[in-house]
Amino acid sequence: MVRVELPYHLRQLAGVNGEVSLEVPGVVTIAAVIDALEARFPMLQGTIRDHATGERRRLLRFFACEDDLSFSPPDAPLPDAVARGGEPFIILGAIAGG
Amino acid sequence: MSGVRVLVGTRKGAFILTSDGRRRNWDVSAPQFGGWQFYHLKGSPVDPNRIYASQSSDWFGQTLQRSSDGGKSWETVGNKLLYDGVPGMHQWYDGTAHPWEFKRVWHLEPSLTDPDTVYAGVEDAALFKSSDGGATWTELSGLRGHSTSAQWGPGAGGMCLHTILIDPSNHDRLYVAISAAGAFRSDDGGATWKPITKGLHSKHLPVPDAEIGHCVHRIAMHRSRPQTLFMQKHWDVMRTDDGGESWQKISGNLPTDFGFVIDVHAHQPETIFVVPIKSDSEHYPLDGRLQVFRSRTGGTEWEPLTKGLPQDDCYVNVLREAMAVDALDACGIYFGTTGGQVYASTDEGNSWNAIVRDLPPVLSVEVQTI
Repeated sequence: MVRVELPYHLRQLAGVNGEVSLEVPGVVTIAAVIDALEARFPMLQGTIRDHATGERRRLLRFFACEDDLSFSPPDAPLPDAVARGGEPFIILGAIAGG
Repeated sequence: MSGVRVLVGTRKGAFILTSDGRRRNWDVSAPQFGGWQFYHLKGSPVDPNRIYASQSSDWFGQTLQRSSDGGKSWETVGNKLLYDGVPGMHQWYDGTAHPWEFKRVWHLEPSLTDPDTVYAGVEDAALFKSSDGGATWTELSGLRGHSTSAQWGPGAGGMCLHTILIDPSNHDRLYVAISAAGAFRSDDGGATWKPITKGLHSKHLPVPDAEIGHCVHRIAMHRSRPQTLFMQKHWDVMRTDDGGESWQKISGNLPTDFGFVIDVHAHQPETIFVVPIKSDSEHYPLDGRLQVFRSRTGGTEWEPLTKGLPQDDCYVNVLREAMAVDALDACGIYFGTTGGQVYASTDEGNSWNAIVRDLPPVLSVEVQTI
């Protein structure tokens, strides 16, 4: 199971507390994790990746294993520790704005 | 009719204010989706428990909520509002061509007959329609495909489609307004559109009487006279009596005719309300005095309504979606401010009380008489 940490507002929208655990089929990539997340929580569709472009929303960042993966290719495999569930995949909202 | 429900969209969540028909004591809900922007909420006229809400965030984009129990609970519905085909270009602030980019939903207009049908006006300007309760959306792309669309440009608030009016006597007739493109009418259910700007004069335009480019802030209609529309333009208050074929200025004795809101009395189609704002450079009331102006003659002759409103040191704004009326007798008028107050009058504007004083900045106010 892959562990995903969501920012507060997306946890509220999805109606979850704490981390989300997901079964991710195949190679565990950023795209595969978000696909699995959106399949389980359809209300999150379009909130992490823009519907029109498929791109990460610009005020969100992706982290795992103390690395910023925001600019990694969406189809690149995530670290083994994330794929095995040892470390979470973190979706973080920018600390910005009012 | 036993009560009133006021749907308030703010910068940091939605709030629902309820009262019985006397409108003296109000219950203020906890924030709904606190921290999210709610540009607009509106209930279905045929099923008041069906409410649609535009929820957005600079971080997470646009989502849409639907309630089937009057706002007690919410369901996230579809947010895939994709432009039909290649989005194309419109005019940017500096006159250069700029690609159409979806930003948010400014206005939701439920059908007059079907609670599952709702229109959405969005930034960058386009009109969408859902016939399945918001699950899926289709652009009515005849509007954005109009031959003038490359000339459309944003106002200071963005290029937003904010007004959607459905003619109650002919549901194929729709009106929309876009800041700063102007006003448009469709007579075929939204398939094709024509600009309805004859008579509008905007001195900031290179050609003040141009067909396109007017910064229309709001249009209001009384359902008994759908040929008559009242417009608060950037500057100027206007009316038409022929479905927008021609407009006449009705600013009359207003102390300033800049403003955002305009609305019509529920039972008197020639009684209208505006909130004059000092200028487009200073978005607050004249002389620090919050005044609603009422005309009982369909414009031109206006009277200030100040009882109960702050008359010293008041520098709030009243945004374009933030005024509405109820259908009780006497008609109630409601408006919200960027200072977080929601004011109500239960005597046609003669006196005012704050229902609530300290909400986040108010973006929209809609009223349901239930």
